[in-house]
Amino acid sequence: MTTASPLVDLRGITKTFLGVAANDSVDFDVRAGEVHALLGENGAGKSTLMNVLCGLYRPDEGRIFLSGEEVHFRTPRDAIAAGIDMVHQHFMLIPVQTVWENMILGQEDFGFILSKSAICRRIDELAGQYGLHVDPEAPVWQLSIGEQQRVAILRMLFREARVLVLDEPTAVLTPQEARQLFSTLRRMREEGHGVIFISHKLDEVAEISDRVTILRKGRKVGTVKTSGVGPEELAEMMIGSRVVPAVNKRAGGAGEAVFQARNISVLNDKDLQALHGLSLELRRGEILGLAGVDGNGQTELCEALVGLRPLVEGSLAFDGREMTGAPVRDFLSRDVRYIPADRRGTGLVPTMNLRENYALRHYWRDAFRKGPFMNWEAIAGQTGRIVERFDVVTPSLGVPVRMLSGGNLQKLMLARELDGDPRVVIAMQPTWGLDVGATAFVRERLLDVREKGAAILLVSEDLEELLALSDRLAVIHKGRIMGLLDDPRLATEEMLGLMMAGKPLASFGEGA
Amino acid sequence: MRIRIEKRFDSPRWMDWGLPLIALLLAFGAGALLLAALGVSPLKAYAEMIRGALGDGYGLSETVVKAIPLALCGQAVALAFTMLVWNIGAEGQLVVGALAATAAVRFLPSENFLVMVTLMTAASALAGGLWGALAGWLKAKWSVNEIITTLMMNYIAILGLEYLVYGPWRDPTSLGFPLTPIFHEVARLPQFFGTRIHAGLFLALLTALLLRVVLRWSRWGYEIRVIGQNARAAAYAGMATSRHIVLVLFISGAVAGLAGMGEVAGLQGRLQPGFSVGYGFTAIIVAWLARLNPFAILAVSFLMGALLVGGDTLQVVMRLPLSSVQVLQGLILFFVLGGEFFRNYRLHFLKREGDA
Repeated sequence: MTTASPLVDLRGITKTFLGVAANDSVDFDVRAGEVHALLGENGAGKSTLMNVLCGLYRPDEGRIFLSGEEVHFRTPRDAIAAGIDMVHQHFMLIPVQTVWENMILGQEDFGFILSKSAICRRIDELAGQYGLHVDPEAPVWQLSIGEQQRVAILRMLFREARVLVLDEPTAVLTPQEARQLFSTLRRMREEGHGVIFISHKLDEVAEISDRVTILRKGRKVGTVKTSGVGPEELAEMMIGSRVVPAVNKRAGGAGEAVFQARNISVLNDKDLQALHGLSLELRRGEILGLAGVDGNGQTELCEALVGLRPLVEGSLAFDGREMTGAPVRDFLSRDVRYIPADRRGTGLVPTMNLRENYALRHYWRDAFRKGPFMNWEAIAGQTGRIVERFDVVTPSLGVPVRMLSGGNLQKLMLARELDGDPRVVIAMQPTWGLDVGATAFVRERLLDVREKGAAILLVSEDLEELLALSDRLAVIHKGRIMGLLDDPRLATEEMLGLMMAGKPLASFGEGA
Repeated sequence: MRIRIEKRFDSPRWMDWGLPLIALLLAFGAGALLLAALGVSPLKAYAEMIRGALGDGYGLSETVVKAIPLALCGQAVALAFTMLVWNIGAEGQLVVGALAATAAVRFLPSENFLVMVTLMTAASALAGGLWGALAGWLKAKWSVNEIITTLMMNYIAILGLEYLVYGPWRDPTSLGFPLTPIFHEVARLPQFFGTRIHAGLFLALLTALLLRVVLRWSRWGYEIRVIGQNARAAAYAGMATSRHIVLVLFISGAVAGLAGMGEVAGLQGRLQPGFSVGYGFTAIIVAWLARLNPFAILAVSFLMGALLVGGDTLQVVMRLPLSSVQVLQGLILFFVLGGEFFRNYRLHFLKREGDA
């Protein structure tokens, strides 16, 4: 490591939104040839700080130095020109354009006539150098999520960025893809780039970074050498005095199968087949975990199981009763509940208040109606009770739910879906994007209803979560079940990773 | 200098009433330029308009007369807009309502006032409702764009009206004028205070009240609002969106149909072409200016009614064409819709260099 000025030096950055300090005089620097991890819970201010660095936000206070010289970024383009670039969680690629077309997106200095061959040559060169192989001629929409991420990373290198920011890059990857990404990051370090790695996963931070800066509630807790601290210490710095609550899996013997899907096939929103004759069954008092990389048919499966998506083939049965083709309300009235991953888009109406959002799934019940009218008093009463029981933080029941934080939105939705006596719960990514405290809370509530005898399908990308909660574990890949493990404890991460990448369980031999 | 556009997290409260107000002022400002280009003093023209529409009892009562169909059609389209169903066909539904009321007078005559009024009301609501529901059914069944169907059905209705008054329904004693015979006394809605303000006023007030109650308190109104604000969530809640589309367009059309009945039975006493000066179209502006609030629609209808009456004055006193008033209406809608941008985004003005 050099003693020269760092590549980037942020000093005393403060950024306030609606009176809340998202960043409160934060210092942060990156040196050439290092991977610097930025660690913190959701809402700790990681993204805000990086958006300041990349010219998306202007800080209220604070200064930015590039190799010792002060700069003022007004737009992301200024930052890119100065060699600072970022891969966002959504890659900001144009799906209908090819890889090479995406490379030159937003660049003006190519002249009127593009030399495609020169661009493609440069892409191949960089791809070879950093181990980021993609076909420059492929349209982006045909690429897998992992490949799209490679394109986004390549684009930073193509624009000759020296400081590369990656926002939660492993969230969308299989373990194998993540390892590949890490080797790319190491290559970048060797080439003298400064890499900023945003994450809230401790093991990844420990594996890849040289230094780590921890943010908590907008303030910097500290910057430490990664080699000098253990994961427990990092966790403590990240969440403060709170202890990471471990999930205590309680006894709850699996009962009879109550919900069956047999050979179901459904289409996705683009009318392409998303599930290919998939079968599964849910048992009383049991959590069936479903692992898989996002976009392999999980959403379509969940929607099919609760009556939201028509079956092209196959059948559904609940309690021995045929449910194929039944309307959503029939599933609801039999207490088949659904926690969608897309909270703001499907699960809630962001512009409506808490009462109206509670009513969304319960308003048809006799208790909440007075003839043709809504019984708003009864709805308000019940909403108040569940808000209290699930500890949803809100100024009142009358505010639009878009004003609530992600964690509180999820608690509200969970409270609504688990209210009463759920018999089947389809939970998709229920802890995605939540901080440690909220995550533990959600997991505990799922275990509560499991204990009460509900049959649960838990769809998640988080293997750790699946292994901790599931009684049985299935892996989905391209709309097919790759295998079903009756005892998830026997699974290795290696094996699950391979199944997530499309290797069927049966092909592992008898030893698995 | 460069301008950067930033999405707003939340719009301040004053914008609810402030933006339409600013839009109105800007529209009148732009209208002033137009009037000046026509060689008229804008100040004088606006003063004439205000005097004509609000300056005396007659002007005021005429403003109310014009506000009645505007308010009814405004409520009609506001209900559909709440569910994000774009009913652009209030004009046609109004015309069909008027046709049906006239048909009731013609084919089901009664000597009893109550029976006759009930028949006319039912016929106009049913006809307007079915006219709207047809577009709704096409949308629910085959996803036919309702903007196109409701818009085109306006012209079918208007041409149908012309066929009838020029043809089979023409009064033989009218000396060739395209008019139906004048309605019998029992088929006339009462008028009040010696003015032309008719009982349609109560229909307009009642509809506003009903719409507020339905949207805020009823289960059906709740479903409408959910569908309008998040269609995916509505499906997730098990709401039958396609059935609602048909029903909403039926009710929307029925309310516009009532406005048509009010015009023929309350005001004109007969059916004639051009009896509506585009109330169903102006109602779209009314609903947006009022931000779909039923009570605000009443107030905005009065305002737009004043604009129409003032426009008549302009024609008579300043000898300006009717289209100059329509341009002014268009300008208002233009600025109101443009103003919506500032509710969702804010602008930052950036100097190019040397700005810390």
